[in-house]
Amino acid sequence: MSTQNGKSRSFVDNLGKVYALYTLGFLVFFAFMALLERMGLSAQAIGICFLMFTIAIYAIIGWLSRTAEVDAYYVAGREVPALYNGMATAADWMSGASFVALAGGVYFGGYPYLGFIVGWTGGYVLVNSLLAPYLRKFGCYTVPDFIGTRYGGNTARLCAVIVLVVASFTYVTAQINATGTIAAQTLGIPFELGVYLGLLGIFICSMLGGMRGVTWTQVAQYIVLIIAYLVPIIWMSNKQGFGLIPHFSYGEAIHRIAELEAQFGLQPAAEAVPGVAVLTTPQNEPAGQGWKMVSLAICMMAGTASLPHILMRYFTTPSVRAARRSVGWSLFFIFLLYFSAPALATLTKLQLLDPNLPTAVIGKAFEEVSNLAWVQHWSSVGMLAVVDQSGDGIVQLNEFFMRPDIVVLATPEIAGLPYVISGLVAAGGLAAAMSTADGLLLAIANALSHDLYYKIIDPRADTARRLIVARVLLLFIGLAAAFIASLKLTGILGAVAWAFDFACSGLFFPLVLGVWWKRANRAGAIAGMMGGFLVGTWYLYMVYNGLMEPWFGIDHIRFGIIGMPVSLVAMVVVSLLTPAPSKEIQDMVDEVRIPHGATILAAGH
Amino acid sequence: MSSTDAGAKERHWEKTRNLTYVVLALWALFAIIIPWFANALNSFTFLGFPLGYYMCVQGSLIAFVVLIWVQNWRQDQIDDEYGVSD
Repeated sequence: MSTQNGKSRSFVDNLGKVYALYTLGFLVFFAFMALLERMGLSAQAIGICFLMFTIAIYAIIGWLSRTAEVDAYYVAGREVPALYNGMATAADWMSGASFVALAGGVYFGGYPYLGFIVGWTGGYVLVNSLLAPYLRKFGCYTVPDFIGTRYGGNTARLCAVIVLVVASFTYVTAQINATGTIAAQTLGIPFELGVYLGLLGIFICSMLGGMRGVTWTQVAQYIVLIIAYLVPIIWMSNKQGFGLIPHFSYGEAIHRIAELEAQFGLQPAAEAVPGVAVLTTPQNEPAGQGWKMVSLAICMMAGTASLPHILMRYFTTPSVRAARRSVGWSLFFIFLLYFSAPALATLTKLQLLDPNLPTAVIGKAFEEVSNLAWVQHWSSVGMLAVVDQSGDGIVQLNEFFMRPDIVVLATPEIAGLPYVISGLVAAGGLAAAMSTADGLLLAIANALSHDLYYKIIDPRADTARRLIVARVLLLFIGLAAAFIASLKLTGILGAVAWAFDFACSGLFFPLVLGVWWKRANRAGAIAGMMGGFLVGTWYLYMVYNGLMEPWFGIDHIRFGIIGMPVSLVAMVVVSLLTPAPSKEIQDMVDEVRIPHGATILAAGH
Repeated sequence: MSSTDAGAKERHWEKTRNLTYVVLALWALFAIIIPWFANALNSFTFLGFPLGYYMCVQGSLIAFVVLIWVQNWRQDQIDDEYGVSD
């Protein structure tokens, strides 16, 4: 073991060099592909090269990070520096939904969908101030580990495991769906096959090295995904005259879009086309929509602070101070993508609408538009449709149908950028979906292997046995998730929003009050977890199936707004009606609140 | 544990708690109140953007990043002051 430790130590010392070299290598590969495209390499071959090259790199990192130690498998040996943990968290965090679907949501959903932008960044303030440093001090391996130790007893632990599994599993099917979509699109294979191929890549990253393998591949995936997101925006902005960095200068485009929207009129389509939509929501019209936007943001923020695959990333830092610092880095790296997504949505919309730009399609002759290469490409897979429903031979705004999820993927083609950019974007989307799926699968498998198997079923199991159980569970959960994903039950953004709602309904208050309210006890925590989770789920079921009118406009993607207050009230009332926790537990909470000293749970527990 | 030690822990937690309250108040301002009133803010222009839109897509986000870094800087000071940093 000592040689392995020595090896990993020198790896950690050289992280800067290793990843700088990797980034350079990726850029050289990108330039090489651009050159091959000039020399006539086909679009499909470029896409395949991008996917194969990046997956091969992740596989190599996964292989090099293999481990047989419990601490390395569950918390990457607690030696991940703050900066790199920030990058890994950003990749863990930004999923197929952020990369592929977010800009499309802003494009089609307008102001209320900005709740995703504010919610998925603001949540980190809650993570940093309420939870991350304290959970790090606790020294747990998983989130239910904290619940089980703070409140005591297997019932509380089991409740936490249930909420965790439901929330994370909902989330992971959406990610595997995204992985499959990208793999199928780029490689030209059936979706179902793409799903299992994506799963194979995910296993390579997580099986051998557990959290350690996932950490170092996530850092690599972050680098790919952020380059892939920013390059097309910068390129497009240059073409449209908004300068090298459009983020601070696209304000004019917002005004221009408002003019164009008024000019073309935001009418619903004369006849709907299944699976695709026309633009009906104005880009910037917040009047009377404040509650809709803020209720979504609140669910996403509280969900951020209760999703175990994010919280467990902060267990991997060397110290409490490093855990806090890495939350700061995480949000910075996430911010780079999130403040770009609305810019991308706006520039893409402008280039489709503005008749002064050569790429515009609205108001052009129907013949001309339907012969564009990118229109034909995306129409052939059913993700775009241009139908002359009014019969005037001109493409109107309500005759241009598009699937929101393709805004990011199709943008390079719409803007007439070389195909090498599309290949890059596909690799970025795959990195985003894979990295999140890795983190989620690991969170589920670790909770089941550590909390359910080791802590509840067989506390005498030895290290080798625990790690075998963890890996076998990982395999089965992954296969189950891929199977569900191949059934294509939900869209990407909707399923992800549900995961946040499940997490915040069941776990937010039990976690926060565990640190911030000494009086919180076991009975209260169980009531809070189950009360919030069950009422939230009931509300989702009733509203989603149309069995009940939504209350106060709270629809199925915002059901956390119902679950959270129930959880809070149940937890406080039941805690106060039952005896206070023991002196030992209260002292433990005091100990958690100061960074100094040993962790509450010893290593290898 | 001596009583002065316990007293220091007490004061450390009090300062930590107050810092957290301030951070949460600012968080609520940028995450909830400003986005809610985006419509009213849109009558102002900032960098060429309608202000309400700007805050939802950039301003609040920048505020969150700054908030976390400032909080961590201040928390480090508090921890050092009471000698409880790790």
